[in-house]
Amino acid sequence: MKILGIETSCDETAAAVVRDGREILSNLIASQVDLHSRYGGIVPEVASRQHLLTAIPIISEAMAQAQTHWSDLDAIAVTSGPGLAGSLLVGVNIAKAIALAQGLPLVGINHLEGHIYANWLEGSTPDLPAICLIVSGGHSDLLLMRGHGDYQPLGRTRDDAAGEAFDKVARILELGYPGGPAIEQAAGEGNGARYRLPRAWLKDSDDFSFSGLKTAVLRLAAQKSAKGEESGEAVEDTRSEIEIRLEKVEKADIAASFQQAVVDVLVTKTVAAAKRLGAHQILLGGGVAANLLLRRTMTERSPIPILIPSPILCTDNAAMIASCCYFRLTAGKRSGWDLDIAPNLRLG
Amino acid sequence: MGSSKKRMEVVSSEKEMGVGSAKKGAMMNLRSESPEETQRLGEELGRLARQGDLFLLVGGLGAGKTCLTQGIAWGLGIAGYATSPSFVVINQYRGRLPLYHIDLYRLDSIEEVIDLGLDDYLYGSGVCVVEWAEKAVEVLPTEHLLVELSFLSDTSRHLVLNPSGERYVEMLSQLKQIPKIVKKRMSKT
Repeated sequence: MKILGIETSCDETAAAVVRDGREILSNLIASQVDLHSRYGGIVPEVASRQHLLTAIPIISEAMAQAQTHWSDLDAIAVTSGPGLAGSLLVGVNIAKAIALAQGLPLVGINHLEGHIYANWLEGSTPDLPAICLIVSGGHSDLLLMRGHGDYQPLGRTRDDAAGEAFDKVARILELGYPGGPAIEQAAGEGNGARYRLPRAWLKDSDDFSFSGLKTAVLRLAAQKSAKGEESGEAVEDTRSEIEIRLEKVEKADIAASFQQAVVDVLVTKTVAAAKRLGAHQILLGGGVAANLLLRRTMTERSPIPILIPSPILCTDNAAMIASCCYFRLTAGKRSGWDLDIAPNLRLG
Repeated sequence: MGSSKKRMEVVSSEKEMGVGSAKKGAMMNLRSESPEETQRLGEELGRLARQGDLFLLVGGLGAGKTCLTQGIAWGLGIAGYATSPSFVVINQYRGRLPLYHIDLYRLDSIEEVIDLGLDDYLYGSGVCVVEWAEKAVEVLPTEHLLVELSFLSDTSRHLVLNPSGERYVEMLSQLKQIPKIVKKRMSKT
């Protein structure tokens, strides 16, 4: 069964063709393909206009690379939420048009569920029930997956998502964008044990909180920055944007200490939930799951097998959407033509 | 949920500070000693909020913008925690009134803000909170409550509430009547 997946929920315009929910025939992400020069125009970072410009070319390219004709397809899968309304609308309406024109089933997919299904695209079959940790710029969710489409939400962030914390700390330390890889690179040369940054354990809850950690990094950076300059009275600084002047070594140590704190919390809480609920496996997904320290630490500390998609399948992509659709379809489910976007969709 | 025993304290109601153009004296200066106090202030603002109200939040990373919004959400009868919309740009919640929590953190140009089609939210039937509002002041409605947050120490923050328009002057005068928040008023000397 061949399924075309379309993903436009956030920044990435993506399309993929997947066979039987497991085998990727093509998997394209617009930002990683040179469409810009071919189609021209200014592509704003966050706007539905970007999706409008790139969606059709990226879908055509995905079909071509998969050597698939419209008549070979068995269904159209599209992310219907969560995400930005205008962006979701582009994907959903294109998917509807294709499905209607080709007489194919249409299936709306939850973006978060898609991240979990990236684990079905790596050649092994996850062993359920599993604890799923989805960590990205917009989400930090911990779930119990009992079966296909059967989820129990356990916890989520109460303030900043893990990926957002990486991005903002990278900005504080002036390490560049995107923040995840920038922190990881700087941290590689730093000492993660140098600073003991706060970990929000939120006892008796599977929720996360990374806002306090971000603020602690800001205060630490301001303090170190001021000390480097003069006497060191940064604590009473009331400017909203504090100028940070830090040595490279100092930045590396703060980045490493920050990364250590995030990974500590993510791994400890995930492993605790897995033990408590008797899960057979831990599944990771989302952009932050590409972080090497997280992958290594989770592997070391988990008493049960873990699965983590390769980095390209951790970030937003359409193959995961097509994979999820396969299992939905084989369970006899599909969406109606009245499929609507759900910007605030949750899982479970 | 925020139930700190400490009270918000009015530092000064006269001190002129920051951006905005409110009538002198209509402004309100507050000192929050903890995230819980900031949430409590938000909660009162949420209770006072009416259809069409707009809160513009200005302040650097970690200043407490999302924290204040969590309180506003609670004040509107929304359970749970409003999370940062920095990446997703807009979160919406259903309470006594719909809450649209908008964050311009990732947007770099006015064109990008315009492309978002915020008017549906800003002139809609709910309450809007816009974080990093300074990035798009020129395309946001001129009548609003501007809240500027800044650091005083690791845990305490300075909040300046600056009303633009009758509606928000009225909101602040109502806020000043709430003894739970404002135990005593002090003129900055």
